[in-house]
Formats: sequence, structure tokens, C-alpha cells
Amino acid sequence: MYTQTEIIKDTTGIGSEGELVINVGPQHPATHGVLHLVITLNGETIKKIEPHLGYIHRSIEKMCESLNYRQFIYVTSRMDYLSAHINNQACALCVEKGMQIEVPDRAKVIRVLMAELTRIASHELWLGAMAMDLGAFTPFFYTFRERELITDIMEETCGARLTMNYMTPGGVTFDLHEDFQKKVKQFVIQFKEKVTEFEDLVTNNVIFRNRTEGVGIISPADAISYGCSGPVARASGVVSDLRKIAPYDAYDRVEFEEVLDTRGDSFARYIVRVKEMMQSIRIIEQLIDNIPEGDFQAKTKAVLKLPKGEFYSRVETARGELGVYIVSEGGTTPYRIKFRSPGFSNLSALDHMASGSKIGDLMATMGTLDLVIPDIDR
Amino acid sequence: MTNEAIKEFITSAAPTASFDETGEWLNISVEPGSWKDLAHKLRNAELPFDYLFCLTCVDWKTHLTVVYHLSSSKNRQINIVVKSKLDAAKPEIETVCDIWRTAEFLEREVFELFGVVFLNHPDLRRLILTDDFEGFPLRKDFEDPINMIKL
Repeated sequence: MYTQTEIIKDTTGIGSEGELVINVGPQHPATHGVLHLVITLNGETIKKIEPHLGYIHRSIEKMCESLNYRQFIYVTSRMDYLSAHINNQACALCVEKGMQIEVPDRAKVIRVLMAELTRIASHELWLGAMAMDLGAFTPFFYTFRERELITDIMEETCGARLTMNYMTPGGVTFDLHEDFQKKVKQFVIQFKEKVTEFEDLVTNNVIFRNRTEGVGIISPADAISYGCSGPVARASGVVSDLRKIAPYDAYDRVEFEEVLDTRGDSFARYIVRVKEMMQSIRIIEQLIDNIPEGDFQAKTKAVLKLPKGEFYSRVETARGELGVYIVSEGGTTPYRIKFRSPGFSNLSALDHMASGSKIGDLMATMGTLDLVIPDIDR
Repeated sequence: MTNEAIKEFITSAAPTASFDETGEWLNISVEPGSWKDLAHKLRNAELPFDYLFCLTCVDWKTHLTVVYHLSSSKNRQINIVVKSKLDAAKPEIETVCDIWRTAEFLEREVFELFGVVFLNHPDLRRLILTDDFEGFPLRKDFEDPINMIKL
């Protein structure tokens, strides 16, 4: 038997007769990161998939144990770098919950606006990359055109395009850029106009539909058992949107629908994400003209101390449920911190989803899981 | 299902369990020996706790605590936290990956980072660390003078 991290060079003697063991990754264009899958094949049929992780494991949980409650937020941008803003939000919410800080209305609305922009940017990158995995190169340029507008807004407001670090316990680090509303409105108009292009290019594309429909099906019961969350769970019809279940920040004052599908295949996961982008636009439209005046940050002490106890906050990132579990001993640094990452649980379902299908369908299944490897490894 | 009803249900399933309601969610402490049986009953209860959304471990120096966060897909508002104290020298607990499939990976992660052995786990191998890695990095007594920077 081979060991965990070894890349198999000699496959003789592994598996029974007629089986072939291949490596996908750690360097593979379709994994979009350093994910290593060891796949056992029988002919072209997948018998088993074993993910091997750790190629980008930085032990962020251990790192956070020596950082104080203002500093540790910045490290979490490097987990799920496509939802960096929402990661920061989860951490800020957890500290606020522990210290019982009341966040000003203005900060709450800004947070939701930025979170929804992040979600759209993340889904757009996913859409482009996923279509590229299946051989369609053009959608990538189309999605990046709109995504660029969001990263520009982020750059002007937060000073960074990907790792925003805009959140702080008690609110946001600084006030909105003066052109923010104008630029977001422009983006909304352009996005609504151009979103039909994705539909024409991808949704109604015969090749795309043939490759995704009926592929990588997961039943609702299995999705729950595997701890799936986010669009992966919702495509199977599992109610899992934390913005609805446990509204945080300003989500209780906006109207939007939880997008559900019942098919549970790769195409359903695609449809859920596309529709989710439209719901995000709906949230942005409701809030962009109603940003309350006032402070963008609550007054907090320079050194934050969480009382002794355990605090858990959860948010809906673009990939699913992110949980932050802080165990505090009353000091300025967490005693133990755990990040429940959505990608980790979604990845654990991959073996179940892809076993029995053809190796060619693997990328359609894996692509729609929307795996971000630093989020899985942490 | 209120906290009281959950407490009653758990007391009937595991009489030694103790409760703590100071936090946001109901905390339940169980003996490692009675956990597997309780897990089965929670999963198959009238309101099934079928969603294990977080499994982790905390090193308290004198002992380790395995923490399970459970919720029900029927009502995601209801969350419970089950904890089990383990001996730091010989941390062992029954696996729950036949009850919640997600536990298979989560337990493998806890196994290599904390050294907790999950009995009867079908595939308890390392997931993240290299095979020649020594020690359990998330334990408090872990020292690595070369790679670890202390602030």
C-alpha cells in the first residue's frame, strides 16, 4: 500500500487486476490549486477517489492562536481568497458576539453590500473557470469583464483587489469611497445587461448541457450527511442559506429568495449559482440607495479581550457555510480557533458523487463543487 | 423542540450527560464510552440531528475535548454542541463516520493534528501532513524551533 503523500510512479501491484491508479494533481490545470486526487479506474469508470491534501496547509488555526483579535482577521483573507471579504466578516461577527459590540447601521449595510459584490465576483470567476475546464474558453473573458468592475470598486474602497481586510470588530476600517454608489450602480446596470450573454454562451449551449446534465448527482440525504453547504446543497434541494436561517448584519432587512433546485446534478449547481448572482444584484439594488448615515465603526477599545467562553459565528460565503469557533480563556488572543470551511466538507462528497461515472465527467463534477484549495487546507 | 425537550431526550439516552446553557447553544458533556450510542439516538430522533457541521478538538493541556456541532436539516435554528473529554495520554473515542459521512474527513484531520484515535474508523490515515512529520501540531505542547515563529 502506498503512503499518504507519495506521488505514485510505479503502479504495479496496486489495486486488483484490471484497475488503473492515476494521479490528478497536485499540479493540474482543472484543480485550480494544489489538490491531489488519487483515482482508481476500471477502464474509464471511476471506482474510487482519494483526495490528498496539505500542499498549501499553513496551519492558520495555529497561527491565529498567537495573534490578537484585531490581527487574526487579516490572516483569514488568505483562506478562501475569492470570498476574502466574507471570511473577514465571519471573524468580525464572532468577536462582536463575544464582546457584545453593537455594530452601527451604516457598517452593517456596507458589509452586506461588499459581501454581495464579493459573491458575484466569486461566482463569475467560478463560471469562467468552470466553462474553461469543460473546454469553452470564451466565457472566461466575458465573466472577467464584469468581475474586473467589482475588483476596481474593491480596490478603490478597501485598497486591495482580492485580500480586502476591510472588516474590523465593530464595523469597517474606513468609510466608503465617495464614488462608491455611482460605480456600483453602473456595475449593476452593466451586469444586468450582460448576464444574458452568459445564458446564451453557456446555459443554452448543447455541449455544456450534455456534459453537465445528469452528471455528479447527489441526493438531498447524502448532501446533508456529507455536510455539504452552499450552492452544492441547494442544488439538491437542501435548505441551507444562512442568510435566511440565521440572518446576520443587514440581511434581515432585505428581500431575496433562497435559490433551490431539486435535480442535484452539475447543471443544477450551475443554475443555482447563476440565479444566486441575480439575487445578489437584488440585494445590492435594495441597499445601495439606502445606506444609513452615521458611524462606520463602533467605538471599541484598542486592545480587545474576549470573555472566557466559546463563541461560534457562521456566515454564507460564496461556497457555503463558514463557521468560526473561538474558545477564549479571557485573554487578548484566542485559546483555540477553528474554521469550519465549506470546501472541506464539499470535497469529502466528491468520491461519492463521481464514483461510477466516467473519468471524463470528473471535471464537470469537480468544477461545480467550486473548490478553493487554500480554503480546504487552511 | 426546546432545550428542555432535548435535555430530557439526552438524559434518557445517556444518563451521565451533563448540560451547560450559558452559551448561545446547549452544551452537552458526555462520557467517551456513551457517545456512540447517543450519536445513534440523536441521528434517529424524532427531530433528527442529521447535520454535523463542525467537528473539532481543543487541547486543555490536562485533557483533550472533542467538540461536535450538530444541527437538524428539518430545523436549522436548533443547534447543539456535544463535548467529550479524552485522556491526553491515550485519547480514544468511537468514530461516528457511519452516522454522519462528513465525519470521515473531519476525524482524519483531528487524528493527525491532535493525535485523537477514532476507533473503528475505516480509513484513519493522514490527510494533510507528510508521513515523516513528528508530533501533533495543534496541541499546546507542540514545539518546532525552525518553522514556528512565536510572537
